[in-house]
Amino acid sequence: MFHRESGVFKTSYAADMALYPLPIARYAVAAFAGLFIVIAPLALGEYYISILNLVLIAVVGALGLNILVGYTGQISIGHGAFMSVGAYTAANLVTHLGAPFWITIPAGGIMAALIGAVVGIPSLRIKGIYLAIATLAAQLIIEWTINHVTWISGGVQASIQVPRPSLFGIPLKTQTQLYLFLMAFVLLAIVGTSNLVRSRIGRAFIAIRDQDIAAEIIGINIFRYKLWAFAISSFYAGVTGVLYTYYLGIANYEQFQITVSIDYLAMVIIGGLGSILGSILGALFVTLLPILTRWFLEDYGWLLFAQQDLQNAIPNLRLILFGALIIFFLVVEPEGLNRLWRNIRNYFRVWPFSY
Amino acid sequence: MPEFEWQFTLVLLTNGVMIGLMYALIALGFVLIYKATDAINFAQGEFVMFAGFLTAGAAEIAGFPFWASALLALGGMIALGFGLERVVLRPMIGRPVIAVVMATIGLAAVLRGTATMAFGAGTRVINMPISDEPFQLGPVMLPPIQLVGAGVSLVFLAAFTWFFLKSRIGIAMRAVADSQQVSMAVGINVRRYFALAWAMAGVVSALGGVVWGAMLSVDNQLALVGLKVFPVVILGGLDSIIGAVVGGLIVGIVENLAAGYFDPYVGGGTKDFAPYVLMILVLMIRPEGIFGRRRIERV
Repeated sequence: MFHRESGVFKTSYAADMALYPLPIARYAVAAFAGLFIVIAPLALGEYYISILNLVLIAVVGALGLNILVGYTGQISIGHGAFMSVGAYTAANLVTHLGAPFWITIPAGGIMAALIGAVVGIPSLRIKGIYLAIATLAAQLIIEWTINHVTWISGGVQASIQVPRPSLFGIPLKTQTQLYLFLMAFVLLAIVGTSNLVRSRIGRAFIAIRDQDIAAEIIGINIFRYKLWAFAISSFYAGVTGVLYTYYLGIANYEQFQITVSIDYLAMVIIGGLGSILGSILGALFVTLLPILTRWFLEDYGWLLFAQQDLQNAIPNLRLILFGALIIFFLVVEPEGLNRLWRNIRNYFRVWPFSY
Repeated sequence: MPEFEWQFTLVLLTNGVMIGLMYALIALGFVLIYKATDAINFAQGEFVMFAGFLTAGAAEIAGFPFWASALLALGGMIALGFGLERVVLRPMIGRPVIAVVMATIGLAAVLRGTATMAFGAGTRVINMPISDEPFQLGPVMLPPIQLVGAGVSLVFLAAFTWFFLKSRIGIAMRAVADSQQVSMAVGINVRRYFALAWAMAGVVSALGGVVWGAMLSVDNQLALVGLKVFPVVILGGLDSIIGAVVGGLIVGIVENLAAGYFDPYVGGGTKDFAPYVLMILVLMIRPEGIFGRRRIERV
């Protein structure tokens, strides 16, 4: 990650596909893992850990959406709804059966994957803008269904209380405990995604993204792989929904509305399409943006606004900043933060002697 | 099912037709952009909302008369259309669909934030110089604002149909949409027509903003009208003006009938739900819509 290779000396496909190109990459990853797993929970207070928890949850969802949008080239404006499917599946399992997390999380994921695959069926015939609109319709229809069918949403205001998960009989009470719990799933998601995209399935996804008709001609069953992409991506979304429900302690469809779908698309775009590091950076960026904007405005906002206007201005400024950043990245750096990071690395690769 | 009452059905149908024509007006802005630039505008609802805010703001804050504030909104939206094309949409030419979709989604966020910040979160009203007394036609009540809205829609739909079929500029726009490269080769200034298309969408949105703003009153919920555009244009066909009318009428009628007959059973919300179910069906059976042109893809 931080090393500077002196050249490309790969002589086999296995070496080219390896997760760690050089031993030093392994140490860098280990150091990073140590920083986030051991040092961060010890050094940071509960409040900061709770913000990091939001980032971790977003990382899982962004990785999933990137499999669909970045690697397979299909659009989904319905990921918020897939998350709500996972969330309500888990919430119902917990309230009716008292299921532990190791049942609810896969169950939420699988339910979301099934729904996602159904939504993906039209992707064989329609693509691009039509698919975008179809998934938008799916978002609205799922939202409406959850809100109106009471055996899913449990009556009052469509929200279900969900207790925190417990590990070996100990309920996870503090944010730090939850942080470590979530971190396990983030690591699983990262490893899973990086292995998926260098496998046969992942390469089929990339072929479909680059030219779907050509992919079909060279013998890729595009219908099957598009459905796989939708299912896998929705599985991640479902898991994200369950994790978020555990984090909030409540399942509520208002937490998974269309703005959430747009937030996740923004993560993938700002982070970088078709990149794992990009998904992580994008999730970090989009999750922190509103929080940092609020902190900044609460401290320095009086320079721009009168005190009484400030509270009204914060959400609007956040919205403007969010939209403007999406446009900025699309216009100026379409490959996102991942590309910026690569540019920095390439600059330092030959650094003091660039000629 | 309640027993069939022709009066009730007639009321629902007329309301559907009126609302449908007003949907067609908003869908027209969307179709114009798609026809001329091949881009889709997810910020159409926000355009309408912004125009509504401009009109209501000019009337309430600056005390302009109705016609002056409507003209101001018209001018403002044309300028906005030109400006956005230059800053946001032109760099998107030739980029994948997802980029254009996301750019207009970002635009929607910016417009919503800016409008609320500039004009406040409160609800504003547009007072048209017409009476509020509904016309009585048998059992059917027709509010004048809906009649005006439907009339404006029809006039503009006819005007734009003529424009694309007969006028030199309209023909050039169709050529640009068909193939940008060939248009350049025969001497059409592609960039100019792109800018013009967005300015025209601004004009249509300004009218939509005035009419819808006068009917629903103006706040940031007005942008939700934009969500109805998708079923309308998918039904009618993305690149067809006639399709916008027919799609608008179908969506207007279907949602009114569905709301009238099903709402009591499912507890409301059918109005927003039914058009999307219809749209999914159309996407499965005939993705290009009723009047849309089927595109052939090659490697």
